[in-house]
Amino acid sequence: MPFDPVAPLFPLFVDLPFEQGYVRSIMYVSLYVSVTAVALSTLFSIPVALLMGFTEFPGKQFVKSVINTGMGFPSVVVGLLVLFAVSNQGPLGAMNLIFTKEAMIISQFVLATPPITAISLAAITGVDENVRDAARALGGTRLDVALVVIKEARYGIATAVLAGFGRAISEVGSVLIVGGNITSADGISKTRTLTTAIQLEARQGQYDTAMVLGAVLVVLVLTVNAIVVRFGDEGSMNR
Amino acid sequence: MPDMMQRRKFLQGVGLAAIASTAGCTQLSGSDSEGSASVAGETLTLTTTTSTYDTGLLDEIHGDFEEMYGVTVDAVARGTGAALESARNGDSDVVMVHARGLEDEFMRNGYGINRRDLMFNDFVIVGPADDPAGIEGMESATEALTTIAEAEATFVSRGDNSGTHTKELNLWDAAGTDPGGDWYQETGTGMGEALNVANQQSAYTLSDRGTFISQRSEIDLTILVQGPIEDGPGILANPYGIMAVNPGVHENANYDLAMAYIGWITSPGAQDAISDYQMNGEQLFYPEAVSEDPNFQQYVPEGWSSDSADE
Repeated sequence: MPFDPVAPLFPLFVDLPFEQGYVRSIMYVSLYVSVTAVALSTLFSIPVALLMGFTEFPGKQFVKSVINTGMGFPSVVVGLLVLFAVSNQGPLGAMNLIFTKEAMIISQFVLATPPITAISLAAITGVDENVRDAARALGGTRLDVALVVIKEARYGIATAVLAGFGRAISEVGSVLIVGGNITSADGISKTRTLTTAIQLEARQGQYDTAMVLGAVLVVLVLTVNAIVVRFGDEGSMNR
Repeated sequence: MPDMMQRRKFLQGVGLAAIASTAGCTQLSGSDSEGSASVAGETLTLTTTTSTYDTGLLDEIHGDFEEMYGVTVDAVARGTGAALESARNGDSDVVMVHARGLEDEFMRNGYGINRRDLMFNDFVIVGPADDPAGIEGMESATEALTTIAEAEATFVSRGDNSGTHTKELNLWDAAGTDPGGDWYQETGTGMGEALNVANQQSAYTLSDRGTFISQRSEIDLTILVQGPIEDGPGILANPYGIMAVNPGVHENANYDLAMAYIGWITSPGAQDAISDYQMNGEQLFYPEAVSEDPNFQQYVPEGWSSDSADE
């Protein structure tokens, strides 16, 4: 039985049994899918949060409950729902989205939107009434007021975006179902993300390499968080 | 930002992104390919089982096919049940699985056509070296299972409707034992994980030989009942079949390419590549598509014959 005497000594420096470019390509797919989905979610969520923060309408509490429930929606169920939608037999079947990055973006959009909306809403609701009144008193349009509120609530909104990103990039259930965890024969990922790659390694009992990929994922999320926080700080300095 | 804009347009339902994407290409060129016989640039979606994918066999041999036809093979590894379900929904073009009963049902329902026997290996019953139930060297797999059940020794079942799980249930059935109780644990995981679960609990389990060989160096389980490759009982045989998705049921199935793939993988060259594929110095799969003798049963559901008026 082949035995590598070095590997057990350096569990984090194991000679990863991957083709060149494999890890980079799954990192790329992870980032591409999650960042796109979170960007779309943010574009959708912030107007919704502003609308809900500024206006009163019947059933508002109910909508809030729905959004809050969405934060806990199991990703596997979202994956199944998106699968039914994009499958050849589903309503979007003609677009041939099954086993593509686009299908993964749809499911992550569904997953990331509730936390981004809910946390943004909390941040926007938390902006002092006086700020809004002042903006209005200075003759601001509704858009001006909204921009002022977003600016005041930017840390909360950044937290919201990061929470959505965290949910998207760490999620494995739905991207596995709708993406199919595909790489080409030369080891370049098509729909394999870091999380589904970890799941694959774990399924094969390769816990060492699974852990290494897990570490890569953590570093990636840390980096993205650092960048977003940095942006926030620069924004406040330029004020 | 350009990406985001692109996605946004895409989600608004503009088909441009779909045309640009590979998947879109496949299907579009598939549907208006009357003018050209070329399949180059298309993508074949193969749903298959974890045991063929996780052993690395497909990655090893697919390069040849992709180069020959200038196409891409998207291999999606699921349990046999899930692989067939994807095909049933028209989400794949060709299926490679290992549960003849489920394959036959798939064909009888009209979803699969042009089935070929592809290759085989075998199942083995593995367990801890100290073998608390005392099944080592038994000639009968069903007797071994009955013994495990009587001893109430821990047994890990895949429990995931995979080919291996189906085989295990058939074996219990043949043994006339209905497993149940604390000692019988369904994990609902892939073979590699199931082996790890069995390893941690010093339990017995049924494994395909390929996955067991590929993982043997990391676990303490040993083979206690051999399959037919090592002169064990024939009931532990593990044959793999391949089928195209019926374009009469799912018209968007890439039938041309699916048949090209079936033709290629059952050809002497690819069959040799399968037989040459080794892990830890051992052969994992034994080709059986190329044979001098006719084998009509590979094309039809088992037991089917035109005389029996069995539709």
